[in-house]
Amino acid sequence: MKVLEINHCNKKFGDNEVLKDISLSVEEGQVVSIIGPSGSGKSTLLRCATLLETMDGGDLIYLGKYAAKADKAGKAQYVSNGELRQIRKNFGLVFQNFNLFPHYTVLKNIMEPPMLIGGRAEKEVRQEAMALLAKMGLEDKADAYPFQLSGGQQQRVSIARALAMKPRILFFDEPTSALDPELTGEILKVIQDLAAEHMTMVVVTHEMAFARDVSDHIIFMDGGVIVEEGKPEDVITHPAQERTQAFLRRFHQ
Amino acid sequence: MSFSNILAQLGGGFLYTLLLFVLTLVFSMPLGLLVAFGRMNVWAPFSFLLTESEKSLLRGGNALPRTGKWQDNFRRGLAQFHPIQTVMKVLISILRGTPLMLQLLVVCYGPFYMWGATLSTQWRFTALLIGFAVNYAAYFAEIYRSGIESIPVGQYEAAAVLGYSKSQTFFRIILPQMVKRVLPPVTNEVITLVKDTSLAFVLSYQEMFTVAKQIAAAKADITPLFVAGVFYFIFNAVVAYTMERIEKALSYYR
Ligand SMILES: Nc1ncnc2c1ncn2[C@@H]1O[C@H](COP(=O)(O)OP(=O)(O)O)[C@@H](O)[C@H]1O
Ligand SMILES: [Mg+2]
Repeated sequence: MKVLEINHCNKKFGDNEVLKDISLSVEEGQVVSIIGPSGSGKSTLLRCATLLETMDGGDLIYLGKYAAKADKAGKAQYVSNGELRQIRKNFGLVFQNFNLFPHYTVLKNIMEPPMLIGGRAEKEVRQEAMALLAKMGLEDKADAYPFQLSGGQQQRVSIARALAMKPRILFFDEPTSALDPELTGEILKVIQDLAAEHMTMVVVTHEMAFARDVSDHIIFMDGGVIVEEGKPEDVITHPAQERTQAFLRRFHQ
Repeated sequence: MSFSNILAQLGGGFLYTLLLFVLTLVFSMPLGLLVAFGRMNVWAPFSFLLTESEKSLLRGGNALPRTGKWQDNFRRGLAQFHPIQTVMKVLISILRGTPLMLQLLVVCYGPFYMWGATLSTQWRFTALLIGFAVNYAAYFAEIYRSGIESIPVGQYEAAAVLGYSKSQTFFRIILPQMVKRVLPPVTNEVITLVKDTSLAFVLSYQEMFTVAKQIAAAKADITPLFVAGVFYFIFNAVVAYTMERIEKALSYYR
């Protein structure tokens, strides 16, 4: 079953074509990694998928439901705000710089969204939140405030916050890029564990070894287009395109 | 006149000062938030004049690049005209750019000169409150606005992806953080307000300073003014202490 489908997505900022005819689909349980040089449009693609940006053209479909559908001219027509609110429940996004709510404790960061937006009962949500914290190795931080945590711990909280909404698909935008190198491992481990549990994920990352080991499918983007995609062995180990080779060479030095 | 007598009379005036101070804050602080909303309003009735490409730039938070043609610049200017914001800007600059005393006189005597309204004591007090509350709302609005604009856009984005509505985002995520950030400049305004209450004398309001002047003039004695000064100083010390406590109470997060 396709959790996410994007067809012929186009996005411009002024005259700058940031995404050019991007199509991708993500099956349930699949892990898709997006790699590519800075400025290639990876973040913009995730932001379009998570409704933080509007696509100019193309379709955006979650679990068969259209969030946006291209009209005859190819222009993306979004569904009503009420329908978008329902569609938002399908996905979560983990940001590069966490974006935790600093005035809430760790526990409240995780519990408020399911209670407020999901309308769920406090007792049950609290249990789940504590279980998520335990899974992240942060039970003892439930009552801490974000500023009291290391970057790696904050990022784990933000992953727990996203998971508490029980998304069908989770997006990560360079989840380790704001972290000290010695802290990236703990985040990659969490994502790896989620992959082992068949969580559907789309991960933008510069960690090539991680992308190769954890992904089912890899997309290499450059200049707003998908240059090459396929199995990790193909794209990372034996890239066919010159641009992919050039990009990967910089990581092997 | 004995010292205790002076104290008693000034004490009566002080109650009026306190009343004006409290009521001004109660009205101006929420009003300031409304004014700040108006000041940040981006309703643009002529936005249909923009091309799709221009719209996408603006939506991404960019400025439009300049073109040589005046027609383009005129069209874009008109399309980006925010009437509510502009009205609020003008209003705020008038309120902050003219003396409060003048504003008090205009509010009180304006209706009198224009429609021959009667100048009851009650009206004087109402006018006093309107003048103070609106003037201070203008100052608070600018403080709130800078506080709101200082919250990182990532907070809005995290809330949006989690499914928070606009109002949930504002009241639960943005406002509490804004309050913490604006506390120091708000404290400054509140301390200024303590001193500004003495301007109420222009509408013959019997606040402490007015009383002090009356006694001083009647008795040819400077003691009452001096005592009034001590009152203001203590009042401000209490205000500063209270605000410090609030700041402390909010220091549990960063
Ligand atoms: N809000 C925006 N306004 C204008 N241009 C933008 C905006 N966001 C991104 N861009 C441009 O889009 C291109 C792709 O950016 P981005 O998606 O952040 O790339 P990546 O995440 O791959 O580094 C860049 O050229 C960037 O300058
Ligand atoms: Mg990026």
